[in-house]
Amino acid sequence: MSLLALENVDFAYRPGQPVLSGVSLSVAPGGHLGIVGESGSGKTTVLRLLLGLAAPQGGRVLSDGRPLDIRSRAALRAHRRLVQPVFQDPYTALDPRMSVRRILTEPLQALSLPGDPAAEVSRVLAAVDLPPDSAGRRPKDFSGGQRQRIAIARALIARPRVLLADEPVSALDLSTRVRIIDLLAGLSRETTLVLVSHDLAVVAALCPHLLVLERGRIVEAGATRQILDAPSHPYTQRLLASLPRLPR
Amino acid sequence: MRRLTFRLGLVLLGLAFAVALTTLVWTPWPVEDMSGGRLAGPSWAHWAGTDRLGRDSLSQVMIGARIALMVGLGATLVGGLIGTVAGVLAGFAQRGLDDALAAALDILIAFPTLLLAMLVVAASETASLGTAILAIGLAMSAIIARLVRVVSKRVLAQDYVTAARCCGAGWLRIVLTHVLPNIAPTLLVALALQFGLAVIAEASLSYLGLGAPPPNASWGQLLQQAQATVYTAPLGVLVPGGALVLLVLAINFVADGLRDLLDDSAEVRE
Amino acid sequence: MTLLQVQGLSVQARGRALVEDVDLTLAPGERLGLVGESGSGKSLTALAVLGLLPPGLTASGRVLLDGRPVIGQPDRALVPLRGAVAAMVFQDPRMALDPLMRLGDQLAVPLRRRAAREGRSMSRQDLRAAQVAALERVAIAEPARILDAWPHQVSGGQRQRVAIAMALACGPRLLIADEPTTALDVSTQAEVMALLDRLVRDEGLALLFISHDLPVVAGIADRVTVMARGRVVEEGPTAQVFHAPAQPYTQGLIAAARRLDAALGPGE
Repeated sequence: MSLLALENVDFAYRPGQPVLSGVSLSVAPGGHLGIVGESGSGKTTVLRLLLGLAAPQGGRVLSDGRPLDIRSRAALRAHRRLVQPVFQDPYTALDPRMSVRRILTEPLQALSLPGDPAAEVSRVLAAVDLPPDSAGRRPKDFSGGQRQRIAIARALIARPRVLLADEPVSALDLSTRVRIIDLLAGLSRETTLVLVSHDLAVVAALCPHLLVLERGRIVEAGATRQILDAPSHPYTQRLLASLPRLPR
Repeated sequence: MRRLTFRLGLVLLGLAFAVALTTLVWTPWPVEDMSGGRLAGPSWAHWAGTDRLGRDSLSQVMIGARIALMVGLGATLVGGLIGTVAGVLAGFAQRGLDDALAAALDILIAFPTLLLAMLVVAASETASLGTAILAIGLAMSAIIARLVRVVSKRVLAQDYVTAARCCGAGWLRIVLTHVLPNIAPTLLVALALQFGLAVIAEASLSYLGLGAPPPNASWGQLLQQAQATVYTAPLGVLVPGGALVLLVLAINFVADGLRDLLDDSAEVRE
Repeated sequence: MTLLQVQGLSVQARGRALVEDVDLTLAPGERLGLVGESGSGKSLTALAVLGLLPPGLTASGRVLLDGRPVIGQPDRALVPLRGAVAAMVFQDPRMALDPLMRLGDQLAVPLRRRAAREGRSMSRQDLRAAQVAALERVAIAEPARILDAWPHQVSGGQRQRVAIAMALACGPRLLIADEPTTALDVSTQAEVMALLDRLVRDEGLALLFISHDLPVVAGIADRVTVMARGRVVEEGPTAQVFHAPAQPYTQGLIAAARRLDAALGPGE
């Protein structure tokens, strides 16, 4: 059974200008999914729907197998515990006026989760390889890569089963990027990853399943390896041909 | 230089508060005492001379400081409170409601404070400290609300707010934990500047007789009374006028210093 | 004769060195990739070459553009060099283009300047023809439509093409491109890179290409200079630096890039 799914979803911010048309996808436990698209593809909207920040006008969102009604507090609460986000820009993802401890415990309070906050903070800091004394400091004391680790720690504290990452490394330097990818790869043993990105290399490094969005429609979906080796849709072919590669 | 003006502002402002508090228990002369002789010049008994009715000018100016600060602070409190609540609400509001609120604010801002004050006085049928505070506060609230609306929208667009929403934070929690702390520096500086403007507005209102009624010797009232004798007894204008300028200057110095201070503590993105 | 010679360039901000002792040379028609992560000083180096450092930053050392000194010169002396000898394309074309000016009007500015410099008078028809020619040069399909458009009405890729057309309008011999494709989509990036490659080749321009993106640099540069923390770490022919990096820092960088590249499979 799927953890998270979209069933034939339509979405428009303005009538007559569809952003998504007939999009279906399904995320099984451990079936890490990469959603790739360029600007205007609708990938950000897919993300908002999967996070329960917006509801589709047609079709439905399934959360742990049940249709998600974002007007129901109980359903949303269950959904929040299922899915947690990681965003692109590590500089706007953390409230500059909060200590790391408060940033990390916010989900515990907001979701009124049981457990010892101090122990949970230590657990997630260790999970993202940050020293325990980070908790007392503020975001400005950390580099971009470290901030992204804090953002990942915040997502982990509610023990979600799905980690929904929106371009999690594209704002980072190359060497930091590889380290965060390693971190996400390590986490993906216990948590299912859904990765939204324009960067095929990052998706290929983390997700065995791939879905290509173009102007609000899914043009190709399947095993990442297979799509990379033999793209069937012209758009995917063009995207792959556009990728800059290193000299061999 | 900035540090110097900030300190000077703090000292002057502190002095004004000290004087205002002192008048609650002591003034050189009782305000109703008319034994000083009409329009007397400075003397040991009356350092700043006396007014047309023979009252001690220094005592009146001191009481004026109390009124200026009371109305200024009161109006800033009223304006800050109403403005922040309205601004945050508008910041959260969806497109239609937000447009309506923004238009309402623009209309309110277009009303001159004096006109608003006359309307408030007309509605309450008497002019008093309360009406002055309410009128100036209302006018200020629109300006504050407009600012708060913009800066809270900026905070609400940050990923950390989306992250908070994604972990189940309700809007009240988001306002209290994210929006208010992050708009606080901007809001504080704006309120400080508005405090200075409120002191001037109070003087204007009482100059026109729309402020606190006698014997509350507001600076505006003193200026109005001394206007007729400005050539023969210029001190009657200079003393309350000077006090008004100094107080507003002090407040502005403090506001500017506050801005620098809060800017330095704000996060610098490399 | 070198077109650009940089010797011992340093850039300081309040006593802190942001760029230290950088040497670069660029011959006419040569393509140099300047590679580095954020904070490496690569963009500041490029700005210093044109004397465009933001206020508060001071450059020292020697920069010769077409044999003429840049550092320590008043802005007045540099104006004839900018555009005519070297022109720059920036990462975000939204910042390089004035949002309140039609694209055609913006393009007219360097075209008129060039005509004035060469002592030609320019009629309205001449200008229109020059504008259209400038846009055709950067492979814009409907020049007439773009000339009348405002910057926000065209796509990011088209904006960057217009920015390139503006940079080329003054007839420079050196094009400095600072992360020109970073803000673009992958397929648009490929188009803009192909355009730059063709322009540089057809017009015999020298190119100083600044980027953090190793595969992109590998695709366009003959030589690569790697910078880290304000200093040059390594430099050499592109193939050598990418296949046999000598310095540990470069080795780490290339290894990271190789890992991501490998995830995509063998490629063609």
